[in-house]
Amino acid sequence: MTDPLRSIAKLDGVRRSFGAVRALDGVDFTVLPKECIGLVGHNGAGKSTLMSILAGTGTPDSGQIAINGAAQTAWSIQRARALGVRCVFQELSLCPNLSVAENTRVSHASLKGWGGAKRAADLIRASLDQIFPGHGISPQDIVGDLAIGQRQMVEVARAFTVTDDPLHLVILDEPTSSLDAQTARQLLDHIRHAVAGGVSCILISHILGEILDTSDRVVVMRDGKVVADEAAANLTRSALVASMGGARLHAKTNRTDTQGTSQPIVAEVQAGAAHGPIGLQARRGEVIGLAGLAGHGQTKLLIDLFEAAGSPRNGLSVAGAVALVAGDRQTDGIFPLWSIAKNISIRSLAALRRGVFIAADKEAHLAETWRDRIGIRTDDLDNNILSLSGGNQQKALFARALASDAQIILMDDPMRGVDIGTKLDVYDLIRAQAQQGRTFLWYTTETDELDNCDRVYVFRNGQIVAVLNHGDLTEEKIIQSSFAEVTA
Amino acid sequence: MPSFAKLFATPWIWSFLGALLVWLAAVIFTGGHGAGGMITAALSLAVFTVIVGLGQMFVVTLGPGNVDLSLPANIGLASAVAMKTMDGQDSLIALGLLAALACGVVIGLANYALIRVLRIPPIIATLSSSFIILSTDIHYGRGLQIKPPESFADFANVQILGFPILGLFGVALAVVAWAGLQRMVYGRSVLAIGQNMRAAKLAGIPVERVRMLTYTLSGALGGINGALLAGYFRGASVDIGNEYLLSSIAVVVIGGTSVAGGKANVPGIWGASLFLVLLLTMLNTFGVSAGLRLLLTGLIIVGVITAAGGHKTGR
Amino acid sequence: MTTAAPPTAAQSRASRNRARLLRTMLPALSMALILLAIAWLNPRAISYFGFSLMLNLAIPIALATIAQMFVITINELDLSIGTFVGFVGCVTATWLHDAPLLGALVLLASIGVYAGLGALIHLRNLPSIVVTLGMSFVWQGLAILLLPKPGGSAPDWLKGFMGLKVPFVPFPIVAAVVIALVVHFALMRSAYGTVLRGAGGNPQAIGRAGWSLLKTKVVMFAMTGLFGVISGMALIGITTSADANIGNGYTLLSIAGVILGGGEFVGGRVSPIGAVIGALTLALAASPLLTFMSIPPDWQVAANGVILISVLAARALISRKGA
Repeated sequence: MTDPLRSIAKLDGVRRSFGAVRALDGVDFTVLPKECIGLVGHNGAGKSTLMSILAGTGTPDSGQIAINGAAQTAWSIQRARALGVRCVFQELSLCPNLSVAENTRVSHASLKGWGGAKRAADLIRASLDQIFPGHGISPQDIVGDLAIGQRQMVEVARAFTVTDDPLHLVILDEPTSSLDAQTARQLLDHIRHAVAGGVSCILISHILGEILDTSDRVVVMRDGKVVADEAAANLTRSALVASMGGARLHAKTNRTDTQGTSQPIVAEVQAGAAHGPIGLQARRGEVIGLAGLAGHGQTKLLIDLFEAAGSPRNGLSVAGAVALVAGDRQTDGIFPLWSIAKNISIRSLAALRRGVFIAADKEAHLAETWRDRIGIRTDDLDNNILSLSGGNQQKALFARALASDAQIILMDDPMRGVDIGTKLDVYDLIRAQAQQGRTFLWYTTETDELDNCDRVYVFRNGQIVAVLNHGDLTEEKIIQSSFAEVTA
Repeated sequence: MPSFAKLFATPWIWSFLGALLVWLAAVIFTGGHGAGGMITAALSLAVFTVIVGLGQMFVVTLGPGNVDLSLPANIGLASAVAMKTMDGQDSLIALGLLAALACGVVIGLANYALIRVLRIPPIIATLSSSFIILSTDIHYGRGLQIKPPESFADFANVQILGFPILGLFGVALAVVAWAGLQRMVYGRSVLAIGQNMRAAKLAGIPVERVRMLTYTLSGALGGINGALLAGYFRGASVDIGNEYLLSSIAVVVIGGTSVAGGKANVPGIWGASLFLVLLLTMLNTFGVSAGLRLLLTGLIIVGVITAAGGHKTGR
Repeated sequence: MTTAAPPTAAQSRASRNRARLLRTMLPALSMALILLAIAWLNPRAISYFGFSLMLNLAIPIALATIAQMFVITINELDLSIGTFVGFVGCVTATWLHDAPLLGALVLLASIGVYAGLGALIHLRNLPSIVVTLGMSFVWQGLAILLLPKPGGSAPDWLKGFMGLKVPFVPFPIVAAVVIALVVHFALMRSAYGTVLRGAGGNPQAIGRAGWSLLKTKVVMFAMTGLFGVISGMALIGITTSADANIGNGYTLLSIAGVILGGGEFVGGRVSPIGAVIGALTLALAASPLLTFMSIPPDWQVAANGVILISVLAARALISRKGA
């Protein structure tokens, strides 16, 4: 059914790597006129990377792009706009200091001269009225003042405004993530309306009901590849879940639950309004998993626990020193100007002193000890941290936490983009450290990793909605709890 | 051990080379006359820039937006406080120095309080506090014509084996600053915050305490500098610190400290201070007018920044 | 993250708008407060003649503040505007008087230098604070070379213009209104002005919409140069002779004026009308008010600092409540 001659957009053999991570591994993808494609897959499956390439903001390492049957050699954001391809990005691209109308004006070069401001205001108001009746947003509102959901509405409405450039394809990356059920419904209805009017859409969402109700065709991605491409009418929710996750938990380790309930509780989140109806307890020596879709409050809970260490607050209590292993290495973890050794020792400096000075020999010894224990692949710990591969940088961050005096280790999805060899090493280390009495709170977006946990708490919308013991753990159960359905 | 190539890769070596070059140019122009005297004078004069430059360096290293614009006013007020406390008597020298130091510490703490409590950007916080300090100084130092105690004023000219004692003090201070920066928990914390404040916080560094210490340190060094300048120039004045607004920032940048934060360079502060002082000396020996001197200084600063902007390390 | 639904959309919008209104009114409120104080202390000052005197030097300050505001819009800072105003003053009092064509060419070229700095800062990714710091030496050096001793004289047409007598409303007030409105329409209402402000708010979004970020930097620095030139000329029109150090205080005054007028250092949030009001407030507070309050001149500079801190403290308080 994919006739290239009548495709709106066609991607062939697109590959893209970020360092050691292969985000896209030879993807073919076609958009036909007047269709809505649902694009689903786990976090990190490559959906957003693929869409950024289609929208012209990302460039592929290899592969072809054709629009309306014409191969594109110099594909760019400007070219994409001129040929009628628009994208609503996951991270919003509005200027917070400008008004709603001004943001519209910025994206349409033709809205200049006297009256341009008024035309921009009329344009966005009409688009908002059409898509989100009763939206309550004025074109004069400053974007920075709007709630996140309203900003998302503006961004979506702006993508559907037309002046000089044509409009053939709108990519919507998680457009409903911040919308309430009713507004999301309005948007999904509009997508059907737009498709009927001749505009193709690509819809990325984690809410499978939305995908099945709205799309003509569903494309499933996993590990940088397209693994399924089916008409939506032929799919069911459970079939989708199966193709997204595969049957990957089959090699379940047989673990005996060694930790009894006799050990003291070292970290606790009380059940209550803030964190949901289910409380969280972590005992000495336990490995606790935090699961659910990305960005549903797991990281926030870890940061809250980090700050609560020493001073209990808001239903959180932590007994003992904590250390955090960052998952977003660049923004939360690495000190890019420093050597590997300094990156490891920073959490333990107080213990490395001799008098008022940091003892160089103690510092070097600490770094060497942990290089050997955790297997950081480097000849010289004085080399810059960025000389390491991503996986080894991550090991250095583990070493930073494990070398410290902390008894409670918080892990913020630390295995993102780490190769399998490193992962297996680290899993062993975590279990060994837990045996010795350390407690781990481990947020992960990779379901396989939860197999290492004694107990798993599933998050949705900032709350803990389910708790699963190791013995009851299946991927189906986690996905069932993570994916909310549109009830409206 | 550092090889020759490695030595030339260090950023601070260039400021010393620059200083050497301008000195050679001046010496060649005078036909060798006063070559030694030039160095002795430069060593003494450069110390004042070194002292505030070190304070400014720690502040700038905290990351983008961090800068102490209150240094000139701070220096002016501290110079007056020191002279008034010493009251021309040798026995009160130590007390005067302590008073200037305390004055600087209070200013530094006030700056931090403005930044933290009122959430004002450091530039505007230190700027507005400098207005208030300036007025305090004008009022406090009105008609103040107190000469420094004789032995304090002479102190600036004392030499040990031909090396001015003021210069020795500056070197000692730089060594302490270097140790503090590279080998103490405080310095490591400053460098970490400057690279990534969020990561520093998540690595367990008490970010706010370190920031407070840093602004206080800058204030304290400004205070000390005020007292020493008043001794050197034999009296306090309101505008005694004026040139240190620009020169404290200039030596930090020329000396290889990153304005983006997280990377500081102590030897470079000395090299750049010597460079600036000797540059002025050279232009003076050439008989260049004041205007041309400023023009060339400015062009050289812009040139150095543009050249240094090319090879950035890290992101 | 799904945020919990606010109480009601209308309610939160109303409180938000109240906070915003309060914040935009803050510069005008602070000026009104100072005017009230002056009126109370010396009613005679509130007159045609009184305002002409009190606001005599406010126009060059307002122009320099606008110049500073342009670079602040795109998250940069110009630490050389003061010495640049001094340099322009020297050119105005010498070449523009003696050889108008040469003078005009030099002033145009200096605007070109500003545009070039914008390009340099963008292309080499340099910190504007340091580059303009270096430039402040350059302008001062040039000014001293041009006019080693105070002197020179303003062209007659310029003196005549700055000494204009307008019926009913004092000239400085007319000039301030004109400056504020012209810049307001150019930056806040025009299509490209919107893009320029957007480049301060979210450069990535502006780039994604297909605009050149290099061009925004060049345009904004050129505008700073242009208003610096006008400021220097206006200053000499009032003082009639020049001095190489005449503008030195303007760097800090202009930054303070922008912030006082509701501008912020990052994020493209500026207000031309606010900036002009901020500059007038500083000019009024600087000497007339304090003279009337019989506060010794010693404390006049401090008053600027105190006003700055109080307004910023009030703003921080409002923002925290509105958030």
